[in-house]
Amino acid sequence: MWPAEFDYTRPSSVAEALQLLSDNEDAKLLAGGHSLLPAMKLRLNEAPLLIDISRIEGLGSISNNGSLKIGALCTHAEIAASADVQSSCSALATATGMVGDQQVRNWGTLGGNVAHADPASDPPTVLVAFDANINIEGASGSRSVAASDFFMDLFTVDLEPGEIITSIDIPDHPHEGCAYVKMPHPASRYAVVGICVVLHRDGGSCSGAHVAVGGATVRAMRSPGAEAALRGSSLDDAALDAAAAALKDDIANDLIGDMSFPEAYRQEMAGVYLKRAVKAAGG
Amino acid sequence: MKISVNVNGSAQENDVEARTLLVNYLRDELGLTGTKIGCDTSQCGACTVHMDGKALKSCTCLAVQADGCDITTIEGLAQNGDLHPMQQSFWDNHGLQCGFCTPGMIMTTTALLADNPNPDEDEIRHGLEGNLCRCTGYHNIVKAVAAVAQAGGD
Repeated sequence: MWPAEFDYTRPSSVAEALQLLSDNEDAKLLAGGHSLLPAMKLRLNEAPLLIDISRIEGLGSISNNGSLKIGALCTHAEIAASADVQSSCSALATATGMVGDQQVRNWGTLGGNVAHADPASDPPTVLVAFDANINIEGASGSRSVAASDFFMDLFTVDLEPGEIITSIDIPDHPHEGCAYVKMPHPASRYAVVGICVVLHRDGGSCSGAHVAVGGATVRAMRSPGAEAALRGSSLDDAALDAAAAALKDDIANDLIGDMSFPEAYRQEMAGVYLKRAVKAAGG
Repeated sequence: MKISVNVNGSAQENDVEARTLLVNYLRDELGLTGTKIGCDTSQCGACTVHMDGKALKSCTCLAVQADGCDITTIEGLAQNGDLHPMQQSFWDNHGLQCGFCTPGMIMTTTALLADNPNPDEDEIRHGLEGNLCRCTGYHNIVKAVAAVAQAGGD
């Protein structure tokens, strides 16, 4: 299958890429290409011009100066293997290590992944749980958007035409345990349900928790109800039951479903996987 | 667009349409038909090659993205008429039936052993997630990879 015809250009700086975007209204950015090219081959998407940003210097590194900064061009494989990511946000190493398969992880980028915002993808759920910020450059300057606000709807994000995601920040977030667990689709391995939990412990009790869900919902989102149910509890069965019930309530209006995994099923499984995630995070 | 690609150690210069996929470039422009087109939707892995040493599904990459890169295909593994150890091991362990998935399997698993020279069975199976075989049930493929690792890799 061939995509529709397009022109191709490869800028060497963010400034040059921004100029190309502003001069070519319908142009699209190409990084790893592992979301865009399959869509273009199926003619679900087309563009008169692809701007290949994959060789722009400075967008492909991971640093940790208090908070973790992941360049938009970092691949899933690089993030999964990063000692910095494993030590400060191990759930993201887990999630990026579950994306697609090894070949896809070698070339697919985190910037492209969040821009595409497939609801069944793994990393967005972790970014939402960890209060990550998406850093964006545009013609009028730079801005930073909280992941919870960035993911707006199915394949819809807070990114204007003419803007480029340059990096993702994960603020320093000391915690006593975190985990990302998912129910993979048996064929595609995409998340039917994905849950990320971050736990704070004070002795035997849970002094705070972040809970995010994806896969089952139109976008990666937090569950304030589940977080409240876990906070102050000893993470016993009653607390987990209450958190699962609250999570199911919180996502009731945002569910997605299909023939194989209808909305009600995903909603139920979200509760089951929340409990598994808390246990995996050491709860 | 003019591109320069180093394919199996040989410098290639070609003029390609921007929308040409790497797999079509390799097969149709260069005549390297060992790389197969299976699903053409980034799932089956039959088109796997190495780009700058990393396994890549060449149906999900434009030829222009490979400009300036090193590409290795299944044709580039055997040296002086001797099969690569992974090719030999697939033969010895009967790691194939129809053979259609085999070039992709071998390119993926040679990259796997380069990253992790001593994988256990789980790691081999996990590493083969992106490659589908519709004949063998994978058992002998896993045996073939484990045998290469045991013999000291490639």
